[in-house]
Amino acid sequence: MIATSEPTLATSDGHLMRNPAPGPEVPLAVRGLTVSYGEKPAVFSVDATFQPATMTAIIGPNGAGKSTLLKAALGIVPRLAGEASVFGQPVSEARDRIAYVPQRASVDWDFPTTVLDVVLMGRFRRVGLLGRLTGAHTDQARACLDRVGMTDFADRQIGQLSGGQQQRVFLARALAQDADLYLLDEPFAGVDAATERAIIDVLSDLKARGKAVVCVHHDLSTVRDYFDHVFMINVRRIAEGPVATTFTPEMLNATYGGRLAATQLDQLALASA
Amino acid sequence: MAGGWRPRNWINSRSQAPDLVSPFLEALFLGAGYNAALVAIGAALLGFSAGASGTFLFLRKRALVSDAVAHATLPGVGLAFMAMVWAGGDGRNLVGLLAGSALSAWLGLLVVEWMVRRTRLSEDTAIGAVLSVFFGVGVVLLTIIQTMSTGRQAGLEDFLLGATAGMLFQDAVVIAVGGALAVCATFILRRPMTLVAFDPEFAAANGYDVRRIDLAMMALVLAVTVIGLKLVGLVLIVAMLIIPPVTARFWTEESDKVVWYAGVLGGVAGYVGAAISASAPALPTGPIIVLVSATLFGLSLFFAPARGVAAALIRHRRFQRRVHRRQGLLALARGESILEPYTIRVLSAEGLVRPDGVATDDGRAIAAKIARDERRWDIVREVHQDAGLTGRYDGLTPIEEVFTADEIAEFDRLIGAPRPVGGSA
Repeated sequence: MIATSEPTLATSDGHLMRNPAPGPEVPLAVRGLTVSYGEKPAVFSVDATFQPATMTAIIGPNGAGKSTLLKAALGIVPRLAGEASVFGQPVSEARDRIAYVPQRASVDWDFPTTVLDVVLMGRFRRVGLLGRLTGAHTDQARACLDRVGMTDFADRQIGQLSGGQQQRVFLARALAQDADLYLLDEPFAGVDAATERAIIDVLSDLKARGKAVVCVHHDLSTVRDYFDHVFMINVRRIAEGPVATTFTPEMLNATYGGRLAATQLDQLALASA
Repeated sequence: MAGGWRPRNWINSRSQAPDLVSPFLEALFLGAGYNAALVAIGAALLGFSAGASGTFLFLRKRALVSDAVAHATLPGVGLAFMAMVWAGGDGRNLVGLLAGSALSAWLGLLVVEWMVRRTRLSEDTAIGAVLSVFFGVGVVLLTIIQTMSTGRQAGLEDFLLGATAGMLFQDAVVIAVGGALAVCATFILRRPMTLVAFDPEFAAANGYDVRRIDLAMMALVLAVTVIGLKLVGLVLIVAMLIIPPVTARFWTEESDKVVWYAGVLGGVAGYVGAAISASAPALPTGPIIVLVSATLFGLSLFFAPARGVAAALIRHRRFQRRVHRRQGLLALARGESILEPYTIRVLSAEGLVRPDGVATDDGRAIAAKIARDERRWDIVREVHQDAGLTGRYDGLTPIEEVFTADEIAEFDRLIGAPRPVGGSA
């Protein structure tokens, strides 16, 4: 049932091979990660390291491979080359320590299931094929719903939710996975302001408890407010590091090419002052 | 089984000369003979297993793959027959024919899957190609077999549309055992299949092999197709796999329940369909089962409580009525005249306006209350920026249902002294 066939194809980029293997304290590290549909790479030879007790935004223009980077690291899309490790282990060995929130638009919201059942899906892997979902699981799922402010909606059909509520349910499902590494794909896309704040509160709490949080993020104006680290990608890795030192007009220019207007850059730079 | 309980007296007391009902009732209570009873039980078991194992295919939105699988069984039937004849055996050995059909269906399935994964062709294209090519090959093989001098080839064409006349106990056992296994497998795999159908990316991130679960889902469908070939035929088996889950979906919002409801609906359709076809000499079993199933679907489509067409229409009309009522009352509160005839009808039905559109005393009182609630909601949106509450503002939900009396009193305090309605001042 394990999805990933771990490709051992060593990349030929010499510098990658000299990095020592990441230790068990590193929540997520990828090396030489390359994903390609056809011959045009979506992600090319990317190295990245994400640290515990941090919140990292993955930013970059459309089609820069932000989501693909996460999906390839988890084995959701096949890697052409490169490796990923979670807490020093291959991803397939560390699934229980990973929680993943896909893009909201990627699922069928008319699916016959309730909010509570979606949250319980976060426990399927550990419960196994024939294990019973007990009252304890239900209580835990309700507690997760409570953390995202969705307790009253537990028995609703998921199709009746607004976009922001759907995103909260997805976050609750990730909380139910009780992981140490949280990977979220555009959690703030198309949600209302209150949901955005609720999500940030939950993620900040995770960070405070030493978890690593990584979000694919598209809203540059909130990077400084929400995140402490940033990973900039445009097919290749452009930069990574603390927001204070890395989220600079020069780096943004390098990431987005000429696509960011000068005024936009000025505003972002002002925010840093 | 053959004897069964026969409600003879009851039937006789009701039935008069041109009697269509009593043969049906006899069949329904397994009293129409050994073969008819066997067919009815077999069809019920097949219907249950097909409905249950077809559910996840439907939820995965890949229903038509089952059509490709079903049509891809035919070359296997032909080849298995030929192989068994050439080996000196009985070409019509059921297990041999089913094994052959399963192999070629599996091949067809893999071709569809491979085309989707490795080429830019979409799944419907791959299904169309595999379905027609495999079926074509199968028809050619059957034609060749007709010209062969050896083997008792009569009856092979029954795999196309199904036949019940010669159904044996052995056939019913195949359906019972195969169907039970398919239902068990569906139950065991329900969580992975739910995950894959609802959110394949999350499933993959959890370490489930989406491709293998998809293949397992298809294998289940394939198994049911193969065991049902002889009874309903490859052309119609897809209806038994798809219609019951679609019907069940109208009645529940939980995927596990869709599985069981679909099983029951499929079982009922199979049993009743077989009974109807047994009650008259020339009624084909497979098509009648499909028609019964389609009837259940049609009834659900229109009359299911939440998702049915009738319920949706009623909800829509009610909503429209409430919108017109509110807008009419707001117009009264502003002293405007109501122009739309439907709005006047809605309000005058409640005695809030006279037929000429002039407000009654009741109408003026309620209009004032509606206008006040509007201003309260304005305050709510200023005070509570949380969409959880303001999201419930639609102008139609009475404010008392959302907030307590104390909260409303606080809003009234914030509204303060009365100001002119309409905000023009």
